[in-house]
Amino acid sequence: MSELEELTACFENAGGNAGALSDAASAHLAASGHRILSSRTVEGLDVDARETSEGISAVVTVRRGVKLPNPVHLCFGMLHAEGLQRIEMQVALEEGAAAHFIAHCIFPKAEKVRHIMDASVRIADNAEMRYEETHYHGPYGGVEVVPKLAVTVGRNGRYFTDFTLTTGRVGTLAIDYTVEAGEDAVTELTARVFGHGKDDIRIRERVLLAGKNARGLIKTRIAIEDDATAEVTGITEGNAAGARGHVDCMEIVKDRAVARAVPIVEVHDPGAKVTHEAAIGSVDKRQMETLMAHGLSPEEAVDVIVKGALR
Amino acid sequence: MALLSVNDLVFETNGKGRGRILDGLSLTMEHAEVHALLGTNGTGKSTLAYLIMGCEGYRPAVGEILLEGASIGHLRIHERARLGITMTWQEPVRFEGISVADYLSLRNPGVDIDALLDLVGLNPAIYRSRMVDRSLSGGERKRIELASILSLHSKLAILDEPDSGIDLLSTKDIVNVIEACRKNGSAVLLITHREEIALIADRASQLCNGRIVCSGNPIRVAEHYKSRHCMTCNGVECHYV
Ligand SMILES: Nc1ncnc2c1ncn2[C@@H]1O[C@H](COP(=O)(O)OP(=O)(O)O)[C@@H](O)[C@H]1O
Ligand SMILES: [Mg+2]
Repeated sequence: MSELEELTACFENAGGNAGALSDAASAHLAASGHRILSSRTVEGLDVDARETSEGISAVVTVRRGVKLPNPVHLCFGMLHAEGLQRIEMQVALEEGAAAHFIAHCIFPKAEKVRHIMDASVRIADNAEMRYEETHYHGPYGGVEVVPKLAVTVGRNGRYFTDFTLTTGRVGTLAIDYTVEAGEDAVTELTARVFGHGKDDIRIRERVLLAGKNARGLIKTRIAIEDDATAEVTGITEGNAAGARGHVDCMEIVKDRAVARAVPIVEVHDPGAKVTHEAAIGSVDKRQMETLMAHGLSPEEAVDVIVKGALR
Repeated sequence: MALLSVNDLVFETNGKGRGRILDGLSLTMEHAEVHALLGTNGTGKSTLAYLIMGCEGYRPAVGEILLEGASIGHLRIHERARLGITMTWQEPVRFEGISVADYLSLRNPGVDIDALLDLVGLNPAIYRSRMVDRSLSGGERKRIELASILSLHSKLAILDEPDSGIDLLSTKDIVNVIEACRKNGSAVLLITHREEIALIADRASQLCNGRIVCSGNPIRVAEHYKSRHCMTCNGVECHYV
């Protein structure tokens, strides 16, 4: 099997749409370690991807007014047990552009892998970007993932991101996202992570509501069991009139796992309003009882509740 | 043999609240019987439901609960559910990330979801894919809970005040659900504080001061309940039937 075939097989196992990689109407970029295995672009999308000594560097632009009809698939992985992959990405959506990115980061055999991502995203006025990122780190917990992302969203722009790591081990995860939303812009950051063993999850998400009537939502769903730990910091600053923000964090804790939630809400304009809610604890008793009254065992009930919360 | 026998049940809260909630309560239900349990607020109707279902913290100080002649007192909720008892809570809880279709087929993957939703007055095309979370109104959530109970074909369904709450379900809605239970052959313990709802039942009982103070024909029990004797009588004027 070639490296690309192997990566494609893992991509498919992790929920990726392998057909999209051979579809001429869909753009993609697939890289293993610091080698680009396959890429395709489509009309209105410019991708300048290079191999660097430690990983991949890519400049991605969706041109003015272009609304890409199909999602752009990104697949970054490392098929070896050890190694470093550093991804540097600069993404720009020009005025009125719209694109949906689906990224898969897969490290199926990782025992000692570091994956570092440094990304900046600029969303111009009236542009919209959806970014879904799904990770699979294999069964050993030997991955350290450090994604850092800075996003600016222009007037009436939209940015939605969804991070999912709910199968297999996590290893060490340290997410650091900042989104600055301009006038009338909307942003939603969602993260769902299920930690086991000695996994260590640290998520820091910051939304700056800089423009008038900007809206932001940070939603985090964490489940941890065994000896896993999680710390979730959700920061929202309301800095302009009419800005509305909300931080919603839920962490379900089992066994000896330890969770912390730090919601920070800050308002610098009397016309802004930011709210937060955080719920940490074991599975809700009433939810358990309801499912058990339907005949589910306590274990089945916990499973249904946790899977639902992470969906 | 009776489906359910509750014998001389005593339930006390340890130091919390008013102490003795149920004080020698007895109740019998036959297979497929629809039995209304009437009582004003705070008389212990939900407490009795939790005791029959086996909820955490609800174990009788005295007395026993039998299902088809066998004691179920030592069993946990899901074990009782698997023997055929189920219940709906007065305020059904919400679940994130679970669709109505998934919720209705939790225990029974082949169930006819559309038929269940029709029975509780919800349009399947709209509600199948909705989430059983905070986006539902109180009334919608209650209807879905009733549909989920119907999917189980239990021997005994305990419905705790299906007609109460901010979004009232109409008497007609309740009648439809009861009729569906009858078709399933399920007995229903219909808990309510409204006498007109009790009239749907085959039999009714009134709960007051921790005991069943009146039991039998729903019309007669509803009359008795309406007269509100038991609110002040401490069981003296009420005669056990
Ligand atoms: N676990 C408990 N701890 C303390 N008090 C309780 C407990 N359960 C019920 N009660 C009290 O018992 C009484 C009956 O409650 P409940 O069964 O909910 O009444 P109903 O459903 O008839 O309105 C109330 O006064 C309530 O406060
Ligand atoms: Mg009650």
